[in-house]
Amino acid sequence: MASRPGTCRPTVRSRMLKSPELVVAFVLACLSGSAAFAGGSTELKGEAKPAPHYDIGRAPTPEEIRGWDIDVRPDGQGLPVGKGTVAQGEKLFMDNCATCHGEFGEGNGRWPVLAGGKGSLTADNPVKTVGSYWPYASTVFDYVRHAMPFGNAETLSVDDYYSLVAYVLYLNDVVTDQNFELNNKNLASIKMPNEAGFIMDDRATSEKAFWQKDPCMKDCIAPVKITGRATAVDVTPEDAKEGKSRGVE
Amino acid sequence: MSKDNKIQSTSIARQSRRGFLAAAGGLAASALAPAARAGGNPANQPPNVPEWTRSLGEGVAVRPYGKPSKFEKDVIRRDVEWLTASRESSVSFTPLHELEGIITPNGLCFERHHGGMADIDPADHRLMIHGLVERPLILTLDELKRYPRVNRIHFMECAANSGMEWRGAQLNGCQFTHGMVHCVQYTGVSLRTLLEEVGVKSNGKWLLVEGADSAAMDRSLPIEKALDDCIVAYKMNGEALYPEQGYPMRLVVPGWQGNLWVKWLRRIKVGDQPWQTREETSKYTDLLPNGKARRFTWVMDTKSVITNPSPQAPIKHGKGFTVLSGLAWSGNGKVKRVDVSLDGGRNWWPARLDGPVLDKALTRFYYEFDWNGQPLLLQSRAQDETGYVQPSKAELRKVRGYNSIYHNNGIQTWHVQANGEVENVEVA
Repeated sequence: MASRPGTCRPTVRSRMLKSPELVVAFVLACLSGSAAFAGGSTELKGEAKPAPHYDIGRAPTPEEIRGWDIDVRPDGQGLPVGKGTVAQGEKLFMDNCATCHGEFGEGNGRWPVLAGGKGSLTADNPVKTVGSYWPYASTVFDYVRHAMPFGNAETLSVDDYYSLVAYVLYLNDVVTDQNFELNNKNLASIKMPNEAGFIMDDRATSEKAFWQKDPCMKDCIAPVKITGRATAVDVTPEDAKEGKSRGVE
Repeated sequence: MSKDNKIQSTSIARQSRRGFLAAAGGLAASALAPAARAGGNPANQPPNVPEWTRSLGEGVAVRPYGKPSKFEKDVIRRDVEWLTASRESSVSFTPLHELEGIITPNGLCFERHHGGMADIDPADHRLMIHGLVERPLILTLDELKRYPRVNRIHFMECAANSGMEWRGAQLNGCQFTHGMVHCVQYTGVSLRTLLEEVGVKSNGKWLLVEGADSAAMDRSLPIEKALDDCIVAYKMNGEALYPEQGYPMRLVVPGWQGNLWVKWLRRIKVGDQPWQTREETSKYTDLLPNGKARRFTWVMDTKSVITNPSPQAPIKHGKGFTVLSGLAWSGNGKVKRVDVSLDGGRNWWPARLDGPVLDKALTRFYYEFDWNGQPLLLQSRAQDETGYVQPSKAELRKVRGYNSIYHNNGIQTWHVQANGEVENVEVA
């Protein structure tokens, strides 16, 4: 039986098989189909904690969970104990971040812009930064602690990450005092300018017109003209043009 | 496909075949020698006996892991260097114009990394499941493989596929405009099985799924989807996942944006609220014209593209019988039909679906026609089983403006010129 979990698996519990009565019920269930099976499973409802179905793997230790469980939510759940000021963050930022992101978070080359762009979200070219776009300060902490500095992730201390986030918030005028200290007690209370800027996916209603019974097949629109050409923009990698080979085999 | 559609495309094929035979007759009568017309080395062509007929080829196991013919060296992933600041947080594109059927070869599946490709020793990899569960669990790869297996064929599309085309025709080739998609058969363990194993508490409504790479990609996944059809996969197309696809294990989230398909999956945490991670706030939110942005736009809507002819696959044979080939897919279910236009969307003809039509998988379509050598404006328009019809780019922009970045499933137009060259264009 155990080697064929697919057939009778859904309510099989290893503890169940230790009771001779239940083994009988289990075998009957397997032989006679789902009706008898349902009867067998009701007897299990009294069990407070059903044993694992498969008994494969083990429980992680608290230390193992602590090592990886570093995510942070907007309500502050997950924030580690720690603190750091804007001024401390400025120094850390210059040493670890400014090469790519610029001294004021303005971004070097194509590297991400972290600050500015406020009020640009309806512009032709919106500048989406921590200050202009991000809804929660917790996300800055979660992301920086998980993945920054790029290529050297998870190398700084918790206090360093608080300091860096404090400085990024300062660059975005979310906090204005250079002596401001960010910590695990106050991070969740920080309001970001664009917190209300997001709506749930509403395609089912706002794009209802895309669901159609009989799409048009004949004379659907007036004859069309070409209004844009990729070759005029000319930014496609060379070797792809006209199927020519790259020549670096 | 409806009966009417079938009759229609059969009669078109028959007409086209007559045209093809006429063209072939014209070729035979031509003064040019056949070998010269076909190109290549006449010494290897009839009436001569080619070198590979006269000599032995390589023996078995000379290539313990096979590779495509050296003559297929252009069938490769490509990237666009100017798109991103670094190669490690970047994307390469599937050469859709060179592929047929619905399965993408493992080595050609597009890549999207945020911290480079993690190179993981499976002996050291662990999958941890914890949070609002009765019995937290930590598994090795070998242990994961002891759970009952499922096999599913699904497409995986980056939310940003076609994103560079929101403002107009920009990249010249379906590899670049549509190549952030692949479709393979995944083998793994149903996520539902694992969640039943750990026992999700009644207030467990969301999962945080996280990767082991240097980006430690984390995303929030609603419990309904997790219990529906997600898979923790360790095989693709029968063999181990490739490192660039998440070796030794990745999450498969059928029909939903690729970003949620966390690679190098190391941790699943059950909680009662979404985490609002960077990849679901700063990224993968879709800015609308009023300055608000949609969040949690998980599903990839119905989409299609003609892969041949296309800018990287021009018509080289001149007038006559022409095979138009393409792909359609929908994150909402099965593709029901695909229509093809030769005149920029004014008139449409039903295409022929060929091969398996699977739930949330790439679907191959064909439209055979007799090309008279005149310029064409090719389009394809897919409809899925929910009735959703792939919109034009203009229709999409009317609702979403130009700055959505993600979820561009608008109809693609290829301009076939009289000389057979093909260009990515926009029409109005």
